[in-house]
Amino acid sequence: MIDWSWVADHLGVLAFRVLQHLELTAIAVGAGFVISFGLAIWSVRRRAVYPPIAALAGILYTIPSLAMFAALISVTGFSVLTAEIPLILYTLVILIRNIVAGFDGVPAEVVEAARGMGYTSWGRLWRVELPLAVPLIIAGLRLASVSTIGLVTITGVISDSFGGLGYFILTGYHLQFATEIYVGAVPSILLAVAVDVAFVRLQARLTPWAATRGVAAG
Amino acid sequence: MGRDARRGGRLMVLLDALAAWFADPAHWAGPNGIPTRLLEHVALSGISMLIAGAIALPLGLWIGHTGRGATVAINAANLGRAIPSLALIGLAAPITAAFDPQLGFRVYPTLIAMIVLALPPILVNASAGVSEVDRDLVEAARGMGMRERQVLARVEIPIALPVILAGLRSAGVQIVATLTLGAIFGGGGLGNYLVLGIAQNDVGQVFGGVVLVAALALLVEGGFALLGRALTPVPLRAAEGGEHRGRALEGRAAG
Repeated sequence: MIDWSWVADHLGVLAFRVLQHLELTAIAVGAGFVISFGLAIWSVRRRAVYPPIAALAGILYTIPSLAMFAALISVTGFSVLTAEIPLILYTLVILIRNIVAGFDGVPAEVVEAARGMGYTSWGRLWRVELPLAVPLIIAGLRLASVSTIGLVTITGVISDSFGGLGYFILTGYHLQFATEIYVGAVPSILLAVAVDVAFVRLQARLTPWAATRGVAAG
Repeated sequence: MGRDARRGGRLMVLLDALAAWFADPAHWAGPNGIPTRLLEHVALSGISMLIAGAIALPLGLWIGHTGRGATVAINAANLGRAIPSLALIGLAAPITAAFDPQLGFRVYPTLIAMIVLALPPILVNASAGVSEVDRDLVEAARGMGMRERQVLARVEIPIALPVILAGLRSAGVQIVATLTLGAIFGGGGLGNYLVLGIAQNDVGQVFGGVVLVAALALLVEGGFALLGRALTPVPLRAAEGGEHRGRALEGRAAG
C-alpha cells in the first residue's frame, strides 16, 4: 500500500516541509505568547479588562480556521501573513486563559508574605508570582503549540508555499495517492506528539517541586 | 483620511459581495444551495456528536465515579487532542475508501476525525466533573442507602452537570467549525463555500460561508448555555455558572 521508493525519493522535500511546519508553528506561538503575556499581565493588574479580552479571544477561536484563512486571502493575499495571523489569533485564547489562571493560582498567603517582605507590586509580580505561575503558563504553551501544529496543516489551502506537512496530505488527496497522504499525516501526528512530550519534560524540569505530580502524569 | 476612505470602500465592497451572495436565489436551491449544505452540516455534526457522546460520556462518568483509569484517560485525551484533524482525515481516507470507494473517500474519514476530535473534551469534563463532586455528599448519599447507580444518577451527575455540559458544548463548537475541512476532501457541509470560494476567488461566497459557519457555532454555544441553565438545579445556579469552572478544568486537566 505504501510506495517506499516514492518516500525515499522525496526525503529532501519531506525535511523541507518538516522545517517549514516547525517554523510556522514557532512564529505563531512566539508572537502569540508575547501578545498574550502583555494582555494577561494587564488583566491581572486591572481586573475589569479581563472579561472583554477573554470574550474577544473566545469569539476569534470559534471562527473555523478554513474560514479565517479563506477570508484573509482577500485582505493579505497569498503572503505569509495570511497563514500567520489566524495561527497567532488562535493561540491567544489558550495562552491568555492559562497565564491569568497561573497568576490567579498563586496562594494569597504567598502574596501577603512577599508584600510583608517589602516587595513592590512589580517586584512581587516578577520574582514571586511569575515563578509560581510557570506550570500553568507552560501548560498553555503546550496546548497552544500542539493545536498550532494541527492548524499549520490547513495553511496548505492558501497555497502550495505553505502547509508544512499538510501539503502532502492535500496533494496526496488530489492525486488519490495514499503514500503521499501518509507522508504528510504520519509525521504531522508524530510532530505534535513529540512537541507535547517535550513540553511535559520541560515543565517537570522547570518546576522540580512538583516532581511527584510530574511522575504521576507521565 | 484618504487611506481610511479606501479601507471603508473595501469594506463596502465586501459587504456588497456578501449581500449579493445571500440575495441570489440560485444560492438557495439545489445540491449546493444553502438549505442543503446547512442540513448536511447539521446532520454530519449531529452524527459525530452522538457517536462521540455515546462513547465518551459513559466512560467519563464511570472514570469519575470510580476514580479508576483517570491518568490513562487524561493521557489518551491529550494524545487525541494532539492529532491534527487534517492528518486524521488523510490517514483514514485510504482505509475507509477500501471498504466503500464513494462515501469511504468523501464522508467517512471526516466523520472519524470529528468523533476523535470530540472525544477528549467530553471525556475529560465528564470524569473531572464527577470526581470533583464533594466526597462528603457522596458518602451521605451512600449513608442514606443509595446504590452506586443512584449515587451517580441522583447526586454526582446533577452536581457535575454544568461541567459535563461545558465539555459537550466545547466538543459541539469544535465539530461545527472543523467539519468544514471535510469539503477539501469532497464531503458535504458548509465548508464547500469556503473551498469553492478560495478556488474561484469569490469573496462573497467565502464570507457567506464564514457567516453561516460562525452563526451555527454561536447557535450551538448558545444552545448549550441555555440547556445548562435549564438543567442546573436552582440552588446551584447562584454559585457562578458552570462555564467558568468547566473552562478552567479544561485547561487544568489538560495541563
